[in-house]
Amino acid sequence: MSAQPSVLYDVPGPRARVRNKILTVVFSVLALLALYWVYLQFADAGQLDADLWTPFLEATTWTQYILPGLLMTLQAAVVAMVLSLAFGMIFAVGRLSERKWLSVISGMVVEVFRAIPLLIMMFFIFFGVPLLIGEPVPAFWCVVVGLTLYNGSVLAEAFRSGIKAVPKGQSEAAYALGLRKSAVMRLILIPQAGRLMLPVIVGQLVVLLKDTALGYIVALPELMQKGVNDLSANYGNVVAAAIVVACIYILMNSLLTLLSHYLERRATRNVPDDEKAKAEATLAATELTAD
Amino acid sequence: MDILSDPADMSAYVDGFMWVLKLTLTSAVASFILGVILVGFRVSPIPVLRGIGFLWVSAFRNTPLTLIIFFCYFALYSTFGLKFSGNITINNFWLGVVGLSVYTASFVCEAIRSGINSVPVGQVEAARALGLTFMQVLRLVILPQAIRSTIGPMGSVLIALAKNTTIVGTIGVIEASSVMKGLINDHGDQVIPIFVLFAGTFAVVLIPTGYLFGWLSNRYEVKR
Repeated sequence: MSAQPSVLYDVPGPRARVRNKILTVVFSVLALLALYWVYLQFADAGQLDADLWTPFLEATTWTQYILPGLLMTLQAAVVAMVLSLAFGMIFAVGRLSERKWLSVISGMVVEVFRAIPLLIMMFFIFFGVPLLIGEPVPAFWCVVVGLTLYNGSVLAEAFRSGIKAVPKGQSEAAYALGLRKSAVMRLILIPQAGRLMLPVIVGQLVVLLKDTALGYIVALPELMQKGVNDLSANYGNVVAAAIVVACIYILMNSLLTLLSHYLERRATRNVPDDEKAKAEATLAATELTAD
Repeated sequence: MDILSDPADMSAYVDGFMWVLKLTLTSAVASFILGVILVGFRVSPIPVLRGIGFLWVSAFRNTPLTLIIFFCYFALYSTFGLKFSGNITINNFWLGVVGLSVYTASFVCEAIRSGINSVPVGQVEAARALGLTFMQVLRLVILPQAIRSTIGPMGSVLIALAKNTTIVGTIGVIEASSVMKGLINDHGDQVIPIFVLFAGTFAVVLIPTGYLFGWLSNRYEVKR
């Protein structure tokens, strides 16, 4: 709940303060009524029955369903994260290359994979590729490869705008010192770009973690498959299971977001303000974390 | 591409992308309206509303869309009896729209909010010092600048929404990805042409859309 001053309102005077207090009471009552309505819906549908929720107090629910699912989700996410960071780095540098053919090909790869829905990609890998190579593709690699191609392409664009946001003087100075092109990229540009683009990068990792849930569609035993589908098949508590699993996702992603804020503050504490402002402008212009 | 030589396949392809289009347009309108309401909540001077807006955005933005769509079907429809239509496909379509809209609205909200926050406080203070009322400040100073810097992010949200509509296939709307899956099953010898056709259709529509929004957002960028 950000209480930072908004550009919209002046500091409230006495009359505005009274009005805000009255509105606070009115909207609190309305919010409570809405909550009560939701409660009634749950009660009417019998969704508050204890036997739907008590399974979450048993250890076996966690050890047999939720934790193995969570572990699979994290495994897929971590492997895909590492691969898509590498993919993004390679194609960002490729697109910035002075060799025309390389930059054109990298650009096309990045643009195309960003435009294809992940599910189309996964269906192709899961249902199509086995027909081409004559053996099944494990659901895990189907999810990981799909996630890598999509998120890697988004990260490539993030790295590219990050590299372009590094002040020109930096690379000029490096060239003047006699560094080669590859060394300038590796030692000067990429470290600074990564730092400036950290919020976008972590934001994209949140997207990646969420998208592992698509593994449910190709029957990967990840959190949604195990924790919602399998668990509710056993206890008949699909609503309760979905809510619990949603809370786990929200918690994980909120922690990742908090981590990104912390890293951002830490990584940019030595970056001059005008550079930070420039990077923020680039961020706002690209706004890559939109899904 | 002889894959579309069969009229039945051709109509399946067209129908699949029509569902994508319908889902995208309907959810775009719904999530825009919902997103504007949410942003009103998030920037209001009343703490309760700010809290509700914050909770909404962080809950829906951090939950996988697959789970939200699943919830719409198995909870809202099967358990709580939310029903839009007797026709099962139409009903699933609207359940999908609900899921896509509550999810996308949180991104719309954040896009507009960052647009509003991009307006320098000094300009607004100057406007108030000149005696402009709240509505005048909003209409003449904040919104013209906020809307311009929202174009780019809104474009990304729209493109993401169009791609996300494929997830509604999981609750039985036969949209593009489900059609592709079916065609791959039926024509195992033409996997590559089928994939190129479906992926290509998305790419051909969405890549120019992305460039269009990029161009618009540069064209109307507020130079500061």
